[in-house]
Amino acid sequence: MDIAFLSQTMATLIKAVPTTLLLFSLSVFFGGLLALLIVWMRVSGNPLLSGFARGYIFVFRGSPLLIQMFLVFYGLGQFGVIRYSFLWPFLREPMVCAVLSLALCTAGYSAEIFRAGLRAVPTREIEAARAIGMSGFLLVRRILAPVAFRHALPAYSTEIVLMMKSTALASLVTVWEVTGVAQRLISQTYRTMEVFLCAALIYLVLNFLILQALALLEYALSKHRRAPSAAAGPLPR
Amino acid sequence: MTSLQLLGFGPGGWGALLLLGALITLAVTATALAIGAVLGALVASMKLSRNLPLAAIGHAYTTVFRGVPELLIIYLIYFGGSSAVTAIGQALGYEGFLGLPSFLAGALAVGIISGAYQAEVYRGAYLAIAPGELEAALAVGMSRRLRLRRIVMPQVIRFAIPGLGNVWQLSLKDSALISVTGLAELMRTSQVAAGSTRQYFLFYIVGGSLYLILTSLSDRIFRRAERQADRSQSVAMIGRG
Repeated sequence: MDIAFLSQTMATLIKAVPTTLLLFSLSVFFGGLLALLIVWMRVSGNPLLSGFARGYIFVFRGSPLLIQMFLVFYGLGQFGVIRYSFLWPFLREPMVCAVLSLALCTAGYSAEIFRAGLRAVPTREIEAARAIGMSGFLLVRRILAPVAFRHALPAYSTEIVLMMKSTALASLVTVWEVTGVAQRLISQTYRTMEVFLCAALIYLVLNFLILQALALLEYALSKHRRAPSAAAGPLPR
Repeated sequence: MTSLQLLGFGPGGWGALLLLGALITLAVTATALAIGAVLGALVASMKLSRNLPLAAIGHAYTTVFRGVPELLIIYLIYFGGSSAVTAIGQALGYEGFLGLPSFLAGALAVGIISGAYQAEVYRGAYLAIAPGELEAALAVGMSRRLRLRRIVMPQVIRFAIPGLGNVWQLSLKDSALISVTGLAELMRTSQVAAGSTRQYFLFYIVGGSLYLILTSLSDRIFRRAERQADRSQSVAMIGRG
Protein backbone atom coordinates (compact mmCIF):
# COMPACT_ATOMS: atom_id res chain seq x y z
CA MET A 1 0.00 0.00 0.00
CA ASP A 2 1.32 3.37 -1.04
CA ILE A 3 -0.04 5.68 1.67
CA ALA A 4 1.34 8.83 0.04
CA PHE A 5 -0.40 8.08 -3.25
CA LEU A 6 -3.65 7.16 -1.49
CA SER A 7 -3.78 10.35 0.56
CA GLN A 8 -2.92 12.47 -2.47
CA THR A 9 -5.68 10.77 -4.49
CA MET A 10 -8.13 11.24 -1.64
CA ALA A 11 -7.28 14.94 -1.43
CA THR A 12 -7.82 15.39 -5.18
CA LEU A 13 -11.14 13.54 -5.10
CA ILE A 14 -12.45 15.40 -2.05
CA LYS A 15 -12.03 18.66 -3.96
CA ALA A 16 -14.69 17.36 -6.38
CA VAL A 17 -17.18 16.49 -3.63
CA PRO A 18 -18.85 19.97 -3.62
CA THR A 19 -19.66 19.56 -7.35
CA THR A 20 -21.22 16.16 -6.69
CA LEU A 21 -23.23 17.55 -3.78
CA LEU A 22 -24.40 20.53 -5.84
CA LEU A 23 -25.57 18.24 -8.67
CA PHE A 24 -27.26 16.00 -6.14
CA SER A 25 -29.10 18.64 -4.14
CA LEU A 26 -30.27 20.70 -7.13
CA SER A 27 -31.60 17.67 -8.97
CA VAL A 28 -33.32 16.20 -5.90
CA PHE A 29 -34.96 19.59 -5.26
CA PHE A 30 -36.17 20.27 -8.81
CA GLY A 31 -36.94 16.58 -9.42
CA GLY A 32 -39.11 16.53 -6.30
CA LEU A 33 -41.05 19.63 -7.37
CA LEU A 34 -41.61 18.22 -10.85
CA ALA A 35 -42.67 14.86 -9.38
CA LEU A 36 -45.37 16.64 -7.34
CA LEU A 37 -46.68 18.26 -10.51
CA ILE A 38 -46.68 14.92 -12.37
CA VAL A 39 -48.45 13.14 -9.50
CA TRP A 40 -51.07 15.91 -9.39
CA MET A 41 -51.65 15.41 -13.13
CA ARG A 42 -51.69 11.63 -12.78
CA VAL A 43 -54.41 11.60 -10.10
CA SER A 44 -56.31 14.68 -11.39
CA GLY A 45 -59.02 12.57 -13.03
CA ASN A 46 -58.65 14.60 -16.24
CA PRO A 47 -57.91 12.00 -18.98
CA LEU A 48 -55.66 14.40 -20.91
CA LEU A 49 -53.49 15.35 -17.92
CA SER A 50 -53.37 11.83 -16.56
CA GLY A 51 -52.49 10.46 -20.00
CA PHE A 52 -49.62 12.93 -20.27
CA ALA A 53 -48.35 11.94 -16.80
CA ARG A 54 -48.55 8.25 -17.70
CA GLY A 55 -46.56 8.86 -20.89
CA TYR A 56 -43.98 10.95 -19.01
CA ILE A 57 -43.45 8.23 -16.41
CA PHE A 58 -43.22 5.52 -19.09
CA VAL A 59 -40.61 7.40 -21.14
CA PHE A 60 -38.35 8.56 -18.30
CA ARG A 61 -38.41 5.26 -16.40
CA GLY A 62 -38.08 3.10 -19.50
CA SER A 63 -34.97 4.58 -21.12
CA PRO A 64 -31.43 4.96 -19.77
CA LEU A 65 -30.55 8.24 -18.07
CA LEU A 66 -27.41 8.53 -20.20
CA ILE A 67 -29.36 8.79 -23.46
CA GLN A 68 -31.68 11.39 -21.86
CA MET A 69 -28.67 13.40 -20.75
CA PHE A 70 -27.06 13.28 -24.21
CA LEU A 71 -30.39 14.26 -25.77
CA VAL A 72 -30.47 17.38 -23.58
CA PHE A 73 -26.77 18.20 -23.92
CA TYR A 74 -26.17 17.51 -27.63
CA GLY A 75 -29.71 17.32 -29.04
CA LEU A 76 -31.19 20.64 -27.93
CA GLY A 77 -28.38 22.78 -29.32
CA GLN A 78 -29.15 21.50 -32.80
CA PHE A 79 -32.23 23.70 -33.06
CA GLY A 80 -31.84 27.35 -34.03
CA VAL A 81 -34.97 28.18 -32.02
CA ILE A 82 -33.17 27.15 -28.86
CA ARG A 83 -29.70 28.36 -29.86
CA TYR A 84 -30.92 31.89 -30.50
CA SER A 85 -33.35 32.01 -27.56
CA PHE A 86 -32.75 33.60 -24.16
CA LEU A 87 -32.39 30.05 -22.73
CA TRP A 88 -29.19 29.29 -24.63
CA PRO A 89 -26.71 30.86 -22.17
CA PHE A 90 -28.10 28.42 -19.56
CA LEU A 91 -28.54 25.35 -21.76
CA ARG A 92 -24.97 25.72 -23.02
CA GLU A 93 -23.66 25.01 -19.52
CA PRO A 94 -22.92 21.29 -18.90
CA MET A 95 -23.93 21.72 -15.24
CA VAL A 96 -27.40 23.01 -16.18
CA CYS A 97 -27.90 20.19 -18.69
CA ALA A 98 -26.84 17.58 -16.14
CA VAL A 99 -29.17 18.94 -13.44
CA LEU A 100 -32.02 19.26 -15.95
CA SER A 101 -31.77 15.66 -17.15
CA LEU A 102 -31.21 14.25 -13.64
CA ALA A 103 -34.28 16.14 -12.39
CA LEU A 104 -36.45 15.10 -15.36
CA CYS A 105 -35.47 11.46 -14.85
CA THR A 106 -35.90 11.29 -11.07
CA ALA A 107 -39.29 13.03 -11.40
CA GLY A 108 -40.60 10.01 -13.31
CA TYR A 109 -39.46 7.56 -10.62
CA SER A 110 -40.47 9.78 -7.68
CA ALA A 111 -43.93 10.41 -9.14
CA GLU A 112 -44.69 6.69 -8.99
CA ILE A 113 -43.34 6.51 -5.43
CA PHE A 114 -45.47 9.47 -4.31
CA ARG A 115 -48.52 7.96 -6.00
CA ALA A 116 -48.04 4.71 -4.10
CA GLY A 117 -47.85 6.83 -0.92
CA LEU A 118 -51.10 8.59 -1.82
CA ARG A 119 -52.84 5.27 -2.36
CA ALA A 120 -51.82 4.23 1.14
CA VAL A 121 -53.85 7.05 2.72
CA PRO A 122 -56.92 5.31 4.21
CA THR A 123 -60.16 6.34 2.47
CA ARG A 124 -61.90 6.79 5.83
CA GLU A 125 -59.42 9.50 6.83
CA ILE A 126 -60.21 11.43 3.66
CA GLU A 127 -63.94 10.90 4.22
CA ALA A 128 -63.64 12.06 7.82
CA ALA A 129 -61.80 15.21 6.71
CA ARG A 130 -64.45 15.90 4.07
CA ALA A 131 -67.21 15.29 6.63
CA ILE A 132 -65.91 18.02 8.92
CA GLY A 133 -65.71 20.34 5.94
CA MET A 134 -62.05 20.28 4.89
CA SER A 135 -61.52 20.65 1.19
CA GLY A 136 -58.93 21.42 -1.43
CA PHE A 137 -55.63 22.70 -0.17
CA LEU A 138 -56.43 22.22 3.52
CA LEU A 139 -57.19 18.52 2.91
CA VAL A 140 -53.89 18.12 1.06
CA ARG A 141 -51.90 19.99 3.70
CA ARG A 142 -53.38 18.39 6.80
CA ILE A 143 -54.27 14.84 5.70
CA LEU A 144 -52.99 13.74 2.29
CA ALA A 145 -49.47 15.16 2.18
CA PRO A 146 -48.26 14.17 5.69
CA VAL A 147 -49.67 10.63 5.58
CA ALA A 148 -48.62 9.98 1.97
CA PHE A 149 -45.12 11.38 2.53
CA ARG A 150 -44.63 9.19 5.59
CA HIS A 151 -45.67 6.11 3.60
CA ALA A 152 -43.52 7.03 0.61
CA LEU A 153 -40.39 7.81 2.65
CA PRO A 154 -38.72 4.34 2.65
CA ALA A 155 -39.02 3.97 -1.15
CA TYR A 156 -38.08 7.62 -1.63
CA SER A 157 -34.89 7.07 0.42
CA THR A 158 -33.87 4.36 -2.04
CA GLU A 159 -34.56 6.70 -4.94
CA ILE A 160 -32.43 9.41 -3.34
CA VAL A 161 -29.48 7.03 -3.00
CA LEU A 162 -29.93 6.07 -6.66
CA MET A 163 -29.81 9.79 -7.47
CA MET A 164 -26.50 10.16 -5.67
CA LYS A 165 -25.12 7.33 -7.82
CA SER A 166 -26.62 8.85 -10.98
CA THR A 167 -24.72 12.12 -10.51
CA ALA A 168 -21.68 10.14 -11.76
CA LEU A 169 -23.10 10.32 -15.32
CA ALA A 170 -22.61 14.09 -15.31
CA SER A 171 -18.89 13.38 -15.87
CA LEU A 172 -19.80 12.17 -19.39
CA VAL A 173 -21.09 15.65 -20.27
CA THR A 174 -17.87 17.21 -18.90
CA VAL A 175 -18.95 18.14 -15.36
CA TRP A 176 -15.94 17.37 -13.18
CA GLU A 177 -17.53 15.61 -10.23
CA VAL A 178 -15.98 12.76 -8.18
CA THR A 179 -16.33 9.95 -10.77
CA GLY A 180 -15.04 12.14 -13.61
CA VAL A 181 -11.98 13.15 -11.59
CA ALA A 182 -11.45 9.50 -10.60
CA GLN A 183 -11.56 8.45 -14.26
CA ARG A 184 -8.99 11.13 -15.13
CA LEU A 185 -6.70 9.94 -12.33
CA ILE A 186 -7.03 6.32 -13.49
CA SER A 187 -6.08 7.14 -17.07
CA GLN A 188 -3.13 9.27 -15.88
CA THR A 189 -1.69 6.82 -13.35
CA TYR A 190 -3.12 3.39 -14.33
CA ARG A 191 -3.53 2.63 -10.61
CA THR A 192 -7.14 1.57 -10.97
CA MET A 193 -7.64 -0.20 -7.66
CA GLU A 194 -6.32 2.56 -5.41
CA VAL A 195 -8.32 5.31 -7.13
CA PHE A 196 -11.44 3.14 -7.15
CA LEU A 197 -11.11 2.46 -3.42
CA CYS A 198 -10.86 6.18 -2.59
CA ALA A 199 -13.81 7.16 -4.81
CA ALA A 200 -15.93 4.25 -3.57
CA LEU A 201 -15.22 5.27 0.02
CA ILE A 202 -16.42 8.82 -0.70
CA TYR A 203 -19.70 7.61 -2.22
CA LEU A 204 -20.29 5.07 0.56
CA VAL A 205 -19.78 7.74 3.23
CA LEU A 206 -22.09 10.18 1.41
CA ASN A 207 -24.80 7.52 0.98
CA PHE A 208 -24.42 6.45 4.61
CA LEU A 209 -24.90 10.03 5.81
CA ILE A 210 -27.94 10.53 3.55
CA LEU A 211 -29.54 7.28 4.73
CA GLN A 212 -28.89 8.21 8.39
CA ALA A 213 -30.53 11.61 7.88
CA LEU A 214 -33.55 10.03 6.19
CA ALA A 215 -33.84 7.37 8.91
CA LEU A 216 -33.85 10.19 11.47
CA LEU A 217 -36.60 11.94 9.51
CA GLU A 218 -38.58 8.68 9.35
CA TYR A 219 -38.20 8.29 13.12
CA ALA A 220 -39.35 11.86 13.71
CA LEU A 221 -42.41 11.35 11.50
CA SER A 222 -43.43 8.09 13.22
CA LYS A 223 -44.37 9.57 16.60
CA HIS A 224 -47.91 8.24 16.29
CA ARG A 225 -46.60 4.67 16.09
CA ARG A 226 -44.55 4.98 19.27
CA ALA A 227 -47.06 7.03 21.26
CA PRO A 228 -49.28 4.25 22.72
CA SER A 229 -46.46 2.39 24.50
CA ALA A 230 -44.95 5.65 25.76
CA ALA A 231 -48.34 6.80 27.09
CA ALA A 232 -48.85 3.47 28.84
CA GLY A 233 -45.58 3.93 30.71
CA PRO A 234 -42.76 1.40 30.81
CA LEU A 235 -43.67 -2.00 29.47
CA PRO A 236 -44.24 -4.72 32.10
CA ARG A 237 -41.41 -7.20 32.08
CA MET B 1 -30.48 12.95 -46.84
CA THR B 2 -33.86 12.83 -45.20
CA SER B 3 -34.35 11.43 -41.72
CA LEU B 4 -36.09 8.41 -43.17
CA GLN B 5 -33.08 7.60 -45.35
CA LEU B 6 -30.74 8.10 -42.39
CA LEU B 7 -32.71 5.56 -40.36
CA GLY B 8 -33.31 3.20 -43.29
CA PHE B 9 -31.49 0.09 -44.38
CA GLY B 10 -30.14 1.47 -47.67
CA PRO B 11 -26.61 2.84 -48.25
CA GLY B 12 -25.84 5.53 -45.66
CA GLY B 13 -28.75 4.31 -43.51
CA TRP B 14 -28.12 3.46 -39.88
CA GLY B 15 -31.13 1.14 -39.45
CA ALA B 16 -29.23 -2.15 -39.59
CA LEU B 17 -26.47 -0.93 -37.25
CA LEU B 18 -29.00 0.35 -34.72
CA LEU B 19 -30.85 -2.96 -34.71
CA LEU B 20 -27.53 -4.79 -34.33
CA GLY B 21 -26.75 -2.46 -31.42
CA ALA B 22 -30.07 -3.37 -29.80
CA LEU B 23 -29.23 -7.08 -30.17
CA ILE B 24 -25.79 -6.54 -28.58
CA THR B 25 -27.49 -4.66 -25.72
CA LEU B 26 -29.79 -7.65 -25.19
CA ALA B 27 -26.87 -10.11 -25.38
CA VAL B 28 -24.66 -8.20 -22.95
CA THR B 29 -27.57 -7.76 -20.50
CA ALA B 30 -28.48 -11.46 -20.69
CA THR B 31 -24.84 -12.43 -20.06
CA ALA B 32 -24.71 -9.98 -17.15
CA LEU B 33 -27.91 -11.42 -15.69
CA ALA B 34 -26.42 -14.95 -15.86
CA ILE B 35 -23.17 -13.81 -14.17
CA GLY B 36 -25.26 -11.95 -11.61
CA ALA B 37 -27.40 -15.04 -10.94
CA VAL B 38 -24.33 -17.08 -9.97
CA LEU B 39 -22.83 -14.28 -7.86
CA GLY B 40 -26.22 -13.40 -6.37
CA ALA B 41 -27.00 -16.97 -5.30
CA LEU B 42 -23.53 -17.24 -3.74
CA VAL B 43 -23.79 -13.91 -1.90
CA ALA B 44 -27.37 -14.64 -0.75
CA SER B 45 -26.28 -17.96 0.76
CA MET B 46 -23.37 -16.18 2.47
CA LYS B 47 -25.70 -13.56 3.93
CA LEU B 48 -28.09 -16.27 5.15
CA SER B 49 -25.34 -18.44 6.65
CA ARG B 50 -24.73 -18.56 10.38
CA ASN B 51 -20.98 -18.25 9.80
CA LEU B 52 -20.30 -14.64 10.85
CA PRO B 53 -17.26 -13.85 8.66
CA LEU B 54 -19.08 -15.23 5.58
CA ALA B 55 -22.20 -13.21 6.39
CA ALA B 56 -20.05 -10.09 6.82
CA ILE B 57 -18.42 -10.59 3.41
CA GLY B 58 -21.86 -11.02 1.83
CA HIS B 59 -23.09 -7.90 3.57
CA ALA B 60 -20.06 -5.90 2.42
CA TYR B 61 -20.55 -7.07 -1.17
CA THR B 62 -24.15 -5.87 -1.37
CA THR B 63 -23.36 -2.59 0.41
CA VAL B 64 -20.42 -1.69 -1.84
CA PHE B 65 -21.87 -2.72 -5.18
CA ARG B 66 -25.25 -1.12 -4.51
CA GLY B 67 -23.76 2.05 -3.01
CA VAL B 68 -21.08 2.99 -5.57
CA PRO B 69 -21.93 4.52 -8.99
CA GLU B 70 -22.21 1.95 -11.78
CA LEU B 71 -19.90 4.00 -13.98
CA LEU B 72 -17.11 3.73 -11.40
CA ILE B 73 -17.49 -0.08 -11.28
CA ILE B 74 -17.31 -0.25 -15.08
CA TYR B 75 -14.06 1.79 -14.98
CA LEU B 76 -12.71 -0.55 -12.29
CA ILE B 77 -13.40 -3.72 -14.30
CA TYR B 78 -12.41 -2.30 -17.69
CA PHE B 79 -9.16 -0.53 -16.71
CA GLY B 80 -8.32 -2.90 -13.85
CA GLY B 81 -9.05 -5.96 -15.97
CA SER B 82 -6.97 -4.62 -18.84
CA SER B 83 -3.93 -3.95 -16.66
CA ALA B 84 -4.28 -7.45 -15.14
CA VAL B 85 -4.39 -8.98 -18.63
CA THR B 86 -1.36 -6.88 -19.66
CA ALA B 87 0.55 -8.08 -16.59
CA ILE B 88 -0.25 -11.72 -17.45
CA GLY B 89 0.81 -11.04 -21.06
CA GLN B 90 4.13 -9.61 -19.88
CA ALA B 91 4.71 -12.63 -17.65
CA LEU B 92 4.21 -14.81 -20.74
CA GLY B 93 6.70 -12.71 -22.69
CA TYR B 94 4.30 -10.49 -24.65
CA GLU B 95 5.30 -6.83 -24.77
CA GLY B 96 2.82 -3.98 -24.90
CA PHE B 97 -0.75 -3.28 -23.84
CA LEU B 98 -3.48 -5.91 -23.94
CA GLY B 99 -7.10 -4.86 -23.50
CA LEU B 100 -9.87 -6.87 -21.87
CA PRO B 101 -12.54 -7.48 -24.58
CA SER B 102 -15.15 -4.79 -24.01
CA PHE B 103 -18.08 -7.22 -24.22
CA LEU B 104 -16.57 -9.36 -21.47
CA ALA B 105 -15.60 -6.37 -19.31
CA GLY B 106 -19.05 -4.83 -19.70
CA ALA B 107 -20.96 -8.03 -18.98
CA LEU B 108 -18.73 -8.68 -15.95
CA ALA B 109 -19.20 -5.16 -14.54
CA VAL B 110 -22.97 -5.07 -15.01
CA GLY B 111 -23.10 -8.70 -13.79
CA ILE B 112 -21.29 -7.79 -10.56
CA ILE B 113 -23.75 -4.95 -9.92
CA SER B 114 -26.73 -7.12 -10.86
CA GLY B 115 -25.36 -9.82 -8.51
CA ALA B 116 -25.67 -7.44 -5.56
CA TYR B 117 -29.33 -6.72 -6.37
CA GLN B 118 -30.07 -10.38 -7.20
CA ALA B 119 -28.59 -11.45 -3.85
CA GLU B 120 -31.23 -9.37 -2.07
CA VAL B 121 -33.97 -10.80 -4.31
CA TYR B 122 -32.93 -14.41 -3.58
CA ARG B 123 -32.52 -13.73 0.13
CA GLY B 124 -36.03 -12.26 0.29
CA ALA B 125 -37.43 -15.20 -1.69
CA TYR B 126 -35.76 -17.72 0.65
CA LEU B 127 -37.13 -15.96 3.72
CA ALA B 128 -40.61 -16.04 2.15
CA ILE B 129 -40.69 -19.86 2.29
CA ALA B 130 -43.03 -20.95 5.08
CA PRO B 131 -40.81 -22.27 7.91
CA GLY B 132 -43.31 -25.12 8.44
CA GLU B 133 -42.43 -26.55 5.03
CA LEU B 134 -38.73 -26.68 5.86
CA GLU B 135 -39.51 -28.32 9.22
CA ALA B 136 -41.83 -30.83 7.54
CA ALA B 137 -39.09 -31.72 5.06
CA LEU B 138 -36.69 -32.26 7.97
CA ALA B 139 -39.29 -34.33 9.82
CA VAL B 140 -39.78 -36.77 6.93
CA GLY B 141 -35.99 -37.17 6.85
CA MET B 142 -35.10 -35.37 3.61
CA SER B 143 -31.36 -34.81 3.18
CA ARG B 144 -29.98 -31.29 2.74
CA ARG B 145 -29.63 -31.70 -1.00
CA LEU B 146 -33.07 -33.24 -1.51
CA ARG B 147 -34.63 -30.45 0.56
CA LEU B 148 -32.87 -27.86 -1.60
CA ARG B 149 -34.07 -29.52 -4.81
CA ARG B 150 -37.66 -30.34 -3.83
CA ILE B 151 -38.65 -27.59 -1.38
CA VAL B 152 -36.29 -24.61 -1.52
CA MET B 153 -35.39 -24.14 -5.20
CA PRO B 154 -38.88 -24.35 -6.76
CA GLN B 155 -40.27 -21.80 -4.31
CA VAL B 156 -37.26 -19.45 -4.39
CA ILE B 157 -37.53 -19.30 -8.19
CA ARG B 158 -41.26 -18.57 -8.01
CA PHE B 159 -40.95 -15.87 -5.34
CA ALA B 160 -37.95 -14.31 -7.09
CA ILE B 161 -39.52 -13.72 -10.53
CA PRO B 162 -41.01 -10.24 -9.84
CA GLY B 163 -37.73 -9.07 -8.24
CA LEU B 164 -35.70 -10.52 -11.10
CA GLY B 165 -37.87 -8.57 -13.54
CA ASN B 166 -36.85 -5.37 -11.76
CA VAL B 167 -33.17 -6.36 -11.78
CA TRP B 168 -33.36 -7.10 -15.52
CA GLN B 169 -34.79 -3.63 -16.22
CA LEU B 170 -32.07 -2.07 -14.07
CA SER B 171 -29.32 -4.01 -15.88
CA LEU B 172 -30.77 -3.17 -19.29
CA LYS B 173 -30.44 0.53 -18.45
CA ASP B 174 -27.03 0.05 -16.80
CA SER B 175 -25.80 -1.63 -19.98
CA ALA B 176 -25.98 1.78 -21.71
CA LEU B 177 -23.00 2.81 -19.54
CA ILE B 178 -20.86 0.09 -21.16
CA SER B 179 -20.72 2.45 -24.16
CA VAL B 180 -17.79 4.18 -22.40
CA THR B 181 -15.65 1.08 -23.12
CA GLY B 182 -16.37 1.41 -26.86
CA LEU B 183 -18.61 -1.66 -27.18
CA ALA B 184 -20.96 -0.99 -30.12
CA GLU B 185 -24.21 -1.60 -28.27
CA LEU B 186 -27.32 0.53 -28.72
CA MET B 187 -26.11 3.59 -26.80
CA ARG B 188 -22.69 3.65 -28.47
CA THR B 189 -24.17 3.10 -31.94
CA SER B 190 -26.64 5.97 -31.44
CA GLN B 191 -23.74 8.13 -30.27
CA VAL B 192 -21.60 7.31 -33.32
CA ALA B 193 -24.53 7.80 -35.70
CA ALA B 194 -25.42 11.12 -34.05
CA GLY B 195 -21.83 12.34 -34.20
CA SER B 196 -21.09 11.40 -37.80
CA THR B 197 -24.37 12.76 -39.23
CA ARG B 198 -24.67 15.74 -36.83
CA GLN B 199 -28.29 14.66 -36.29
CA TYR B 200 -27.97 14.39 -32.50
CA PHE B 201 -31.62 14.89 -31.65
CA LEU B 202 -32.90 12.39 -34.21
CA PHE B 203 -30.55 9.56 -33.24
CA TYR B 204 -30.89 9.97 -29.49
CA ILE B 205 -34.69 9.97 -29.84
CA VAL B 206 -34.54 6.83 -31.97
CA GLY B 207 -32.04 5.14 -29.63
CA GLY B 208 -34.20 6.05 -26.65
CA SER B 209 -37.29 4.66 -28.40
CA LEU B 210 -35.50 1.38 -29.07
CA TYR B 211 -34.66 1.18 -25.35
CA LEU B 212 -38.33 1.83 -24.55
CA ILE B 213 -39.33 -1.04 -26.85
CA LEU B 214 -36.80 -3.34 -25.14
CA THR B 215 -37.93 -2.42 -21.61
CA SER B 216 -41.66 -2.66 -22.32
CA LEU B 217 -41.35 -5.96 -24.21
CA SER B 218 -39.28 -7.54 -21.45
CA ASP B 219 -41.72 -6.22 -18.85
CA ARG B 220 -44.47 -8.09 -20.68
CA ILE B 221 -42.40 -11.29 -20.80
CA PHE B 222 -41.65 -11.17 -17.08
CA ARG B 223 -45.34 -10.63 -16.28
CA ARG B 224 -46.24 -13.68 -18.31
CA ALA B 225 -43.57 -15.73 -16.52
CA GLU B 226 -44.97 -14.53 -13.20
CA ARG B 227 -48.46 -15.70 -14.16
CA GLN B 228 -47.05 -18.99 -15.40
CA ALA B 229 -45.21 -19.60 -12.13
CA ASP B 230 -48.27 -18.70 -10.05
CA ARG B 231 -50.49 -21.15 -11.95
CA SER B 232 -50.34 -23.76 -9.21
CA GLN B 233 -51.33 -21.13 -6.65
CA SER B 234 -54.54 -20.03 -8.38
CA VAL B 235 -55.59 -23.64 -9.04
CA ALA B 236 -55.01 -24.45 -5.39
CA MET B 237 -57.08 -21.42 -4.34
CA ILE B 238 -59.94 -22.37 -6.63
CA GLY B 239 -59.74 -25.96 -5.43
CA ARG B 240 -59.99 -24.83 -1.83
CA GLY B 241 -62.98 -22.61 -2.51
